[in-house]
Amino acid sequence: MIEVKDLHKAFGAVRAVNGVSFTARDGEITGLLGPNGAGKTTTLRMLYTLMTPDSGQVLVDGVDAAVDPLAVRRQLGVLPDARGLYKRLTATENIDYFGRLHDMEPGLLRQRREALIDALEMRDIATRRTEGFSQGQRVKTAIARALVHDPRNVLLDEPTNGLDVMATRAMRRFMRQLKDEGRCVLFSSHIMQEVAALCDRIVVIAHGRVVADEAPSALLAQTGETSLEDAFVKIIGTDEGLAA
Amino acid sequence: MSAFTAVYWKEVRENLRDRRTLVNALITGPLLGPVMFIMLMNVMVNRELAKSDRPISVPVIGADVAPNLVAALKGAGIDAAPAMPDPENAVREQRADIVLRISPEYAQAWSKGQAVQVELIYDSSRRDASTPVARVRSVVESYGKREGAMRLIARGLSPTTAWPVQVADRDQATSQSRSALMFSFLPYFFVLTVFLGGMYLAIDLTAGERERQSLEPLFVNPVARWKILAGKLAAICTFSLVSLLLSVAAFATAPLFIPVEKLGIALDLGLRFGSQVVLLMLPLIVLLAALQSLVSAFAKSYREAQTYLSILMIIPVLPSALLSVIPVRAEPWMYAVPLLGQNLGIVQLLRGDGVPGWQLGLCLAGGFAAAVLAVWGTALLYRSERLAISG
Repeated sequence: MIEVKDLHKAFGAVRAVNGVSFTARDGEITGLLGPNGAGKTTTLRMLYTLMTPDSGQVLVDGVDAAVDPLAVRRQLGVLPDARGLYKRLTATENIDYFGRLHDMEPGLLRQRREALIDALEMRDIATRRTEGFSQGQRVKTAIARALVHDPRNVLLDEPTNGLDVMATRAMRRFMRQLKDEGRCVLFSSHIMQEVAALCDRIVVIAHGRVVADEAPSALLAQTGETSLEDAFVKIIGTDEGLAA
Repeated sequence: MSAFTAVYWKEVRENLRDRRTLVNALITGPLLGPVMFIMLMNVMVNRELAKSDRPISVPVIGADVAPNLVAALKGAGIDAAPAMPDPENAVREQRADIVLRISPEYAQAWSKGQAVQVELIYDSSRRDASTPVARVRSVVESYGKREGAMRLIARGLSPTTAWPVQVADRDQATSQSRSALMFSFLPYFFVLTVFLGGMYLAIDLTAGERERQSLEPLFVNPVARWKILAGKLAAICTFSLVSLLLSVAAFATAPLFIPVEKLGIALDLGLRFGSQVVLLMLPLIVLLAALQSLVSAFAKSYREAQTYLSILMIIPVLPSALLSVIPVRAEPWMYAVPLLGQNLGIVQLLRGDGVPGWQLGLCLAGGFAAAVLAVWGTALLYRSERLAISG
């Protein structure tokens, strides 16, 4: 479970995140929806302790990120905005590297890695060097290495960005599988359909603030609209930076 | 510790697969120095030998008025070439190394027993002309001395009357120290090798990782950043150490390719020399690895880091260049200055003097102190929030 309480972060005069609070529960998919530049990536970066909030608190399974960032990172599987792979290493070697950084026992590492390779349907590329991988192959490898240590909480920053229809569907299937395994899945997106199709709970962020935090059906009821798209536009106040 | 080894082995393995890094660390870096050294030495030796043995021809103005002097020159392998107009310009325009001008009153003054003037026209800023100039000067002077002695004897005086003080040379240079003079630029090659050996790795492991956007995912792992840095530095050091070892081995074979015996110098670049050089260079390996990482961490891209590092590469030249332009007497504190200490130490090893324990200790202490500072600075930079963000 991830609890975020009143996060603030400014870069110079720009208030990128200006009072964000929400809770992502285990066994649920929580979507962080917002137009480009709304502060989604900065919020996630504070969650996985890459950035320190100016104020506010992040709790992951009850552990304060400011107190014990290493423990927090151990309980997180993160697909950051930056997906860089090591192109002179094979997909398997990329995954193993992160497993070793998590100090995993070799037998367990092999078992987890093979399970992920099957779950992500990437058996055919597993022993290839990642140089020249397609966007979809890169994302699969990046997710496999992020989840190799079997984390309870999964953070995905725009996981379907740049993927084609087939890859997007596979990714959604995989996220539902993570949810069914009882994990806490939090992902960011600026694509409304995706959030609508996947989420148990939607946190809408605009201009660094949470403007809505509801189940999809509750959002409709709250705005009095019949389609989610209209509901989002009404909440955010503009349709700029959103994709259907 | 397992995070450290995981980072270390991953970086080593990944870079062993990169041709550019390998070529630089294992071929260009280590061999550039020895190959340049051998080529330079051969050119130098052959030129010097050619000049001192071979007969040269020197334009002489007024050769007809001093046949005896011309004969003396010819006896020493200096042929009188026909006179040329405007000898000053000829020398300035490098058409002649040296021109000899004998005054027209030579014969008249000679027969009266008066002093006569012989002009040597040359350009002392032209180093390649110095050998012929010295040869002509010594022949003319010894001819004058001999004739003077004859005149004194003819008047019933001992020649020593005119030269009460005799100079006798007692050169204390050993054949090894003479060679050290010529090889004073050698330390720079070792520094350059260490620099080149680790450079591409240092760029790749910081600026490169940032540019490829893999630094952010790496920092998401539950590993303290200083451990990641330590693994990376160890990988850089490994590559530059291998570079240095290869270079020292290549230098050990250099005497085979240089006609040292013709120069009357000794060149000992064997195992003892090599192992002491490696020992002296150890702190520099760590220092340069940290400095390179520090500089690369400021850069946003691989290319930018490359630019910064080529500027940084000039710094290790300074002590070598300075010492060859302004030869200073080595003071104890100098051994504690990184680069300068190594420079002095390696030149001493070349001279065959050896490096006493206290100098070696100062060298290592000063070098490692600087290395610790550089590593500390890099670790501070690694903690910054900005470093991981690629965008």
